[in-house]
Amino acid sequence: MATDTGVLVLGGGSTGCGIARDLALRGLSVTLVERGNLTDGTTGRMHGLLHSGGRYAVSDRPSARECIEENRILREIAGHCVEETGGLFVQCPEDSDDYFREKLEGCRDCGIPARVLSGREAREVEPYLADDIERAIEVPDGAVDPFRLCVANAIDAEAHGARVETHAEVVDLLRDGDDIYGVEIRHGSGPGKRTDAAAGTTEEITAEYVVNATGAWAGQIGAMADLEVEVRPSKGVMTIMNVRQVDTVINRCRPKGDADIVVPHETTAILGTTDEEVSDPDDYPEEQWEVDQMIDTLSELVPILTEARTIRSFWGVRPLYEPPGTGTADPTDITRDFFLLDHADRDGVDGMASIVGGKFTTYRAMAEEIADHVCEKLGVTASCVTADEPLPGSEQIETLEAGMDDFGLRSPIARRSRQRLGSRAREVLATDAANPVLCACEGVTRAEVRDAISQSGADLNAVRIRTRASMGNCQGGFCCQPMANELHPAHDEETVREALDELFQERWKGQRHALWGEQLSQAMLTYALHATTMNRDRDPASESGEVEFAAFDDGGMATNQVSGSRGDR
Amino acid sequence: MAIEDDVLVVGGGLAGATAALAAARGDVRVRLISHRQSTLRHASGLIDVLGYAPTGEGPLADPFSAIPDLPDGHPYERVGLEAVREALELFDAVAGDAYDGAHTDANALVPTHGGTVKPTARYPTATAPGLASADGDALLVGFETLPDFDAPLAAAHLEAAGVPFDARGVTVRFPGIGRDDAKITRYAHLLDRDEVVETAAGETGARAALAETVRPHLGDEPRVGFPAILGDERAADVRRDLADRLGVDVFEVPMGPPSLPGMRLEDLLYDAVADAGVRVTTGVPVVDYETDAAETGAAGPERIERVIVDRNGSAIPHRAEQYVLATGGLVGKGVQSDRERVHEPIFDCHVPHPADRYDWFVDDVFGDQPYARFGVPVDRALRPLDADDAPEFANLHAAGAVLGGYDFAAEKSGGGVSLATGYVAGRRAAEECQ
Repeated sequence: MATDTGVLVLGGGSTGCGIARDLALRGLSVTLVERGNLTDGTTGRMHGLLHSGGRYAVSDRPSARECIEENRILREIAGHCVEETGGLFVQCPEDSDDYFREKLEGCRDCGIPARVLSGREAREVEPYLADDIERAIEVPDGAVDPFRLCVANAIDAEAHGARVETHAEVVDLLRDGDDIYGVEIRHGSGPGKRTDAAAGTTEEITAEYVVNATGAWAGQIGAMADLEVEVRPSKGVMTIMNVRQVDTVINRCRPKGDADIVVPHETTAILGTTDEEVSDPDDYPEEQWEVDQMIDTLSELVPILTEARTIRSFWGVRPLYEPPGTGTADPTDITRDFFLLDHADRDGVDGMASIVGGKFTTYRAMAEEIADHVCEKLGVTASCVTADEPLPGSEQIETLEAGMDDFGLRSPIARRSRQRLGSRAREVLATDAANPVLCACEGVTRAEVRDAISQSGADLNAVRIRTRASMGNCQGGFCCQPMANELHPAHDEETVREALDELFQERWKGQRHALWGEQLSQAMLTYALHATTMNRDRDPASESGEVEFAAFDDGGMATNQVSGSRGDR
Repeated sequence: MAIEDDVLVVGGGLAGATAALAAARGDVRVRLISHRQSTLRHASGLIDVLGYAPTGEGPLADPFSAIPDLPDGHPYERVGLEAVREALELFDAVAGDAYDGAHTDANALVPTHGGTVKPTARYPTATAPGLASADGDALLVGFETLPDFDAPLAAAHLEAAGVPFDARGVTVRFPGIGRDDAKITRYAHLLDRDEVVETAAGETGARAALAETVRPHLGDEPRVGFPAILGDERAADVRRDLADRLGVDVFEVPMGPPSLPGMRLEDLLYDAVADAGVRVTTGVPVVDYETDAAETGAAGPERIERVIVDRNGSAIPHRAEQYVLATGGLVGKGVQSDRERVHEPIFDCHVPHPADRYDWFVDDVFGDQPYARFGVPVDRALRPLDADDAPEFANLHAAGAVLGGYDFAAEKSGGGVSLATGYVAGRRAAEECQ
């Protein structure tokens, strides 16, 4: 029977996009569907740590070895998404010497370069570390932009013939007896989605093989075909600071605990995290005490965090999984390893595998293993090339940087654009048109925003994750409107207005957890600009009633005077 | 030796300047102290009085008729309708021919740079020909290098808002602007000074070059609107010149920060404050105060004896009979917060707020936001009240955004409240000196 696609990948996170790229590069026909934007699930809600493996060097050495290997590969193939910050495991007075020694030995056993710094040396590297930090282990942790990396995978998959369909929610798995042969999706479902396909229409996509890479949502997908996939979603909170208090990843050197890491990320630093099992990955409480705990506990490592400005907080859900019967009580004890559930072996249902568990740093290795599995199922012999082929934006970065003009941009702007775009910088920034900065906090120019729009249409949150525009101090207060302006005239006024409203509401959502001090002042300024200066809260264009324009002041005297002077000419 | 005045106004925005002007009408010596740049440069320069009732009803054609129905504690309820009218008269006298709107009680509807319309009571003369509540098709002109204002989109938005005329927009390159990120003031100064710029037709003045850039796009429209960058000190000349060259009315669409109309309003106020003989000290914060508590004991509210100003690290005492607190709200930092509480930072006046900071907001960004109402409660003399509704101090009055109990952004009442409460606070402070 003819099918629409060879492999259908469900889920547009790092795993799904990684699988789609891998298979497309092997020459398979691939379609990826994602309910929201790319990265909408767990990928877009992580702290951006590129693991060295140090974190697992005591508890899970196979994971640690896999991390350091993938860490090295990602620096090569995705250089424009990675910042080589380095990392420190710091020991507070109450932290155990034994554990510190185990950590160091573990790192060395796993091939993770590790060096001990005295407290004084650690403070020379990071001056804001607490005075009582006794010593630290230096490891090659890094920071990674999960948005940029995930999107780069999707773009490369598309460049190799894949179809990537976002805002396409799977509403049913197509199952015929013991065979799963595709899905039914609904286009543009969910609030405020605008695609060029008609919203609300459904489409059946048939495939030779289906890969369920929906992470914490894998159980819900499985249930559509009466398959039990027992993921255990676990939430974690992250808090974003408005500046980088540290330029190195700071981990606390103790066995486990909440609030034990600070990751410098672009212009910000991200505090993380907690680990608490939830029943529904779409609906769980986001609580004040979690944010307070993050700040208070991490202040033990970096005391100025107490006084610092936070710009928002967000929660992510891990797609934790353990084989049935393991029965681990504490989610922090559940393995971060991933599992490929072949439903033919497991449930006697052909045509689909589910991927659960895993972690961002090893997404490529996971994708490779799953793609191998798919190829075996389909009798394809092509082998994986993703460890060697650079992602779009990371080809020949050094030579390009050396020889590149600044495109008329002020140097900090040009530098930031180049970091984000990597080897795509020339293609995106070389324009004869005016290219003003639209987002001053993050130094994002019109050319970058237009490039993102060309990839993602009228969805400004998709533009945001590609460019970082609206993710700085003002949280979109100043730049949402100019970003939306760029959608016109390709999209009509009403579409632009809805896109603006959606981005604006989304930017507000995370700020609610940071509403004190400077950020409350910023929020009030943003509210005043949009409500007072622009009257966006009572916009007659968006309200139902008609305005009686004739009842209002038409200028009276003023207009007559001006008209009078016009007669003189 | 302390610096001595009769009335000391702390804060240099619209409310502080108005308070100083009102106080200076009495036979008293007035000083105004401000720390930061006022938030006027963030503001559109429009003077809103009341565009929507707190219930959301509106846009209100007549702001004055709605004022008597405002709830207890609203700043307008505290000062009363007559004071609002008197304060506007004071403003109209100060503004002279720089502002319009005084000829009627009705609000005007002004096009915003986002393309919607909003109700306002007083508007700069430069904005007057562009009212959305006036007839006449409009051509909007935007500039490639000013991304805040997209003229074709704003025109389409105005039509979606139902304005009674046709609106059309074009985007052009601003002659003489080479850099893509020139400051707003660069555009204004280019036109102010009518600098010579290069055009295809050779060298010409910036105003002529701008007119020639726009002319080919002009249809039958009797009015042409630009983002509010048409000059700073010589804005009236710039606009008249452009209107003459194009043969149409020319108007400005108010903009967000940094806002030239806001800065022009600030200049206007400070000229008036200087003319009124008010002494002005800028760039210094008030960091502390002392009361007469030791002498009076517990009977009645304390009097503020003096405040301490920090000038480059030196503590300079300022003594006055009466004080006006006009330090602004959350934006101006006259109201501040931390994870635990919201407070007024100079005198620690009571600021009512929910104990749990997750009750400071609602989930809809444009919903009824509790934080937008944060500020000090006052009695009808505008004296800040403590948690027991007793005056915090005998000789302190408050005005403007530092006041609580109203949401100026939702109501479009910020300018009017600052004028009315500044006026009353200043007048009472002067009266109570006698």
